[in-house]
Amino acid sequence: MLSDKDRIFTNIYGVHDWRLAGARARGAWDNTKAILDKGVDWIIDEMKKSGLRGRGGAGFPTGMKWSFMPKEVKDRPHYLVVNADESEPGTCKDRDIMRHDPHLLIEGCLVAGFAMRAHAGYIYVRGEFYNEAQHLIAAIKEAYDAGLLGKNACGSGWDFDLYVHRGAGAYICGEETALLESLEGKKGMPRLKPPFPAGAGLYGCPTTVNNVESIAVAPTILRRGAAWFAGIGRPNNTGTKLFCISGHVNRPCNVEEEMGIPLRELIERHCGGVRGGWDNLLAVIPGGASVPLLPKSICDNQLMDFDSLRDQKSGLGTAAVIVMDKSTDVVKAIARLSYFYKHESCGQCTPCREGTGWMWRVMERMVTGNARIEEIDALEDVTKQVEGHTICALGDAAAWPIQGLIRHFRPEMERRIRARTEKLAAE
Amino acid sequence: MPKVKIDGVELEVPAGITVLQACELAGLEIPRFCYHDRLSIAGNCRMCLVEVKPGPPKPQASCALPVADKQEIFTQTPTVQKARKGVMEFLLINHPLDCPICDQGGECDLQDQAMAYGFDRSRYHENKRAVPDKELGPLVKTSMNRCIHCTRCIRFATEVAGVEQLGATGRGESMEVTTYVEQALATELSGNLVDLCPVGALTSKPYAFEARSWELTKTESVDVLDALGSNIRIDTRGAQVMRVLPRLNDDVNEEWISDKTRHAIDGLRHQRLDRPYVRKGNKLVEATWDEAFGAIAAKLNGMEGSKIAAIAGDQCDAESMIALKDLLTALGSPNIDCRQDGAKLDGPRGSYIFNPGVRGIDQADAILLVGTNPRAESPVLNARIRKRYVHGNVAIASIGPAEDLTYPVVRLGAGPATLRDLVDGKLDFAQKLQGAKHPLIIVGMGALSREDGAAVLAMARELAEKLNAVREDWNGFAVLHTAAARVGGLDLGLVPGEGGRDVAGILEGCQKKEIEAVFLLAADEIDTTKLGKAFVIYQGHHGDAGAHRADVILPGAAYTEKPGIYVNTEGRVQVGRRAGYPPGDAREDWAILRALSERLGKTLPYDTLHQVRSRLVAVNKVFAAIDQQAPAAWGPFGKAGATTDVPFKSAVANFYMTCPISRASKIMADCMASRSHLMAAE
Repeated sequence: MLSDKDRIFTNIYGVHDWRLAGARARGAWDNTKAILDKGVDWIIDEMKKSGLRGRGGAGFPTGMKWSFMPKEVKDRPHYLVVNADESEPGTCKDRDIMRHDPHLLIEGCLVAGFAMRAHAGYIYVRGEFYNEAQHLIAAIKEAYDAGLLGKNACGSGWDFDLYVHRGAGAYICGEETALLESLEGKKGMPRLKPPFPAGAGLYGCPTTVNNVESIAVAPTILRRGAAWFAGIGRPNNTGTKLFCISGHVNRPCNVEEEMGIPLRELIERHCGGVRGGWDNLLAVIPGGASVPLLPKSICDNQLMDFDSLRDQKSGLGTAAVIVMDKSTDVVKAIARLSYFYKHESCGQCTPCREGTGWMWRVMERMVTGNARIEEIDALEDVTKQVEGHTICALGDAAAWPIQGLIRHFRPEMERRIRARTEKLAAE
Repeated sequence: MPKVKIDGVELEVPAGITVLQACELAGLEIPRFCYHDRLSIAGNCRMCLVEVKPGPPKPQASCALPVADKQEIFTQTPTVQKARKGVMEFLLINHPLDCPICDQGGECDLQDQAMAYGFDRSRYHENKRAVPDKELGPLVKTSMNRCIHCTRCIRFATEVAGVEQLGATGRGESMEVTTYVEQALATELSGNLVDLCPVGALTSKPYAFEARSWELTKTESVDVLDALGSNIRIDTRGAQVMRVLPRLNDDVNEEWISDKTRHAIDGLRHQRLDRPYVRKGNKLVEATWDEAFGAIAAKLNGMEGSKIAAIAGDQCDAESMIALKDLLTALGSPNIDCRQDGAKLDGPRGSYIFNPGVRGIDQADAILLVGTNPRAESPVLNARIRKRYVHGNVAIASIGPAEDLTYPVVRLGAGPATLRDLVDGKLDFAQKLQGAKHPLIIVGMGALSREDGAAVLAMARELAEKLNAVREDWNGFAVLHTAAARVGGLDLGLVPGEGGRDVAGILEGCQKKEIEAVFLLAADEIDTTKLGKAFVIYQGHHGDAGAHRADVILPGAAYTEKPGIYVNTEGRVQVGRRAGYPPGDAREDWAILRALSERLGKTLPYDTLHQVRSRLVAVNKVFAAIDQQAPAAWGPFGKAGATTDVPFKSAVANFYMTCPISRASKIMADCMASRSHLMAAE
């Protein structure tokens, strides 16, 4: 369990002042110049040593990502882009960072922008986050007024400008290259990779896209040292993480915890346990809508980090824990997710455009059992035809929940089909 | 050069190409829908997936993946085959499978690839998607249920045609390719969308339900509706030309053709001259060949040569032009001209061709347009200039009409005075031209077919020489013609001989009664009211202006109905082939002239096509080098002199109607109507 002294997000519940004065009282913007003075190489090295893995879902090491930026600024400027298009169902961590502790993010932007030799940063905020964007804009203004941003930011000699851009509420714009397209004013459709953004990103210039949480934790890591961060959690899964627990728990909440905390401890300590007790648990989606669910039998001893969840063919994703008790119609729940992916597919590439609709329609029939047993296999085959064949990961994200359902709840699906067949036969 | 291993075979491939191209070099077929050689890479159909090592453990889109040294590519593994089958299945679940009533049937990529890579039944039991059809104007018919969202059409319109009017609305399954405003595309290249569409979503509206591809006889030929000489394939069924498609030729038209080239062919069915006529009183009366020749002989026998004149039209083949010239020479007349518009061109070959060739445009780094609107005069060539613009680092300016050419052009001025300033180095653009390695000066007929054309031409030459644009490795002086026959005519010397009259002189002579007989070889672009009381012999294929005024009509053949040699604006000699026979009593043009010459007692010395072509080579040896473009002679030309202030106009006022064929075409009229509707809306 994370002790209070190790918390990074000390105002995640918004009980304190979110403005500059409050943020400073909590330690933000404390001698940022000293961090920048240590130089780019030190910052990136320290980030690498901290073992921080991207908090947006894929878990790519943040320090390494920063190091992919060209070592010198040539004819094209560098850009930092912060992905605040938090749209993964179940996830609401970036939202709380932006509205309750925006200065952590803003300071992180300066540090990260400096480390990747960018003079400009863009924060792409999800369209629905109106108030969050207002807080962010107000906080940025405060930072400018205090000389923390803009020309000679924090007296470091580095010029850094930060802009807020509001999206229009499309899930796909959370995919980093679709986000860049959208930021450029185009239709949000993922780009082909390679080239990766570090080579040709925003307006064709070297760009790094990071999640809000990844950026917001950076100043604290650099201030307290990589060793401190790396000492929390488990090897290769270090540090603290914001978990968003929703669903059938007594007290749904956002909480900052140590990586690798057991799922059961997470739920029972912070959320007052599963509604009706642990034995009433049916399944948990451990990392936001895109990862396969885990049945109670696995949840019993599950650790919450990237590698442990990957070993169970699921994933930590955004650490949005969706808890389902035994009252849940699990097939219907997954069918609803399928509808979400069908609705949010950008339509660019074939497997996702055609496959998400197909999967959703079959899932809808699975809910009522209006199918044949063989169709479960066909459905799984379709998910395999989508997975890994698309331009971006939305195809995978649409396929995995269904794969998880079939893997763990096939008997339930078959039961419904049989029940319906028998009922029809009886009539 | 990177070395790659494709399906176990090692291969050295050029750096910078994609895995798909490397596989093609290895002789392997990679199925694809969205990928097209001449468009940007979209990578969205996912049909071209292959496995690549080193790389992620999932198949990669080969069209978008650059080759790298020591790469191993697998195109036939079970994973790849399964991926293809999967994509194929996805493409077909919402495809209507209405092949029996689809015009694309038989030449459909989806059909072919479904046969090769697909599965023989569907596992999709849900309802299929229905998509409303879109309105894309008189040429492109849509059936959007069939669309597979490859976005080739969007990319073509945006990148090649330069009209950002096609796009996709909606997302996911609801994505629809549309113009949104439901109007015809404002481009002269829209027919190419039909060729590009890999399925039957975009098909040819005029050709709808006319024929199946396997019923058609295919003839490779050359287009004559503008001076570019686009390489075409003429598809016929029986005597009827059903459609015209582009043929690949990177030196000329790449694989595009203009809407006029493609769709004016319905004009070949209307207003045709299918038998000889002789004027009796005020009426043209049907006649036999014998009567027609007799009428001509009765008039011309004994007439002084200087009272006879001939004008060759804009779409004549070289064979008929040489026969005409030889006949006039035999009759003792020096009054012959092939420049109906009065263009002041008769210098060395370098003065009247597009010297750098169409390929030269790709190299040019500063382009000056003088008195031309290439978009109307040759849309495909205009697309080539646009391609150069898209490639970047080129300055383009124009002196002449202000038109939207689909790329930004700096308009320096309107007339000869601006050109003078440029020659004198007074304009900023002069520095750009001076600094260019490959300056290109494109001179249009709008600048040359005017009273002061010779002076303008002399200025253009002065500019070219001053810029050192004419040298061993580069000749940036380019004349953009509007008539397919013009360069051939000039090559054969169809200009007034010693003491002869040009077109203006002939018309003046007619009115002064100094010219008593005029032979119009498919010449319809002159002011026929000025022919006075002269005896007019019209030989051609359409009942257009010339035929209306004629005293004797000799029915000839259109370009699809005769073998013929044409020299395009680059000076490239190209061979057109016969795709069908002319209607009724009409005959091949050189043969008519040959027969007439015998009747006039001046028998021409050739009896076969081969002999006529030998005669062409004897007159000008460029005719021996088929399909090639050679450096042309350079020397003094033009005539320095006073110029007027009259602004340059484009020689083509209306792209859709420039010749007897396009004027007889209902489809071209429809295009014009829809375009003027568009302009009115603007």
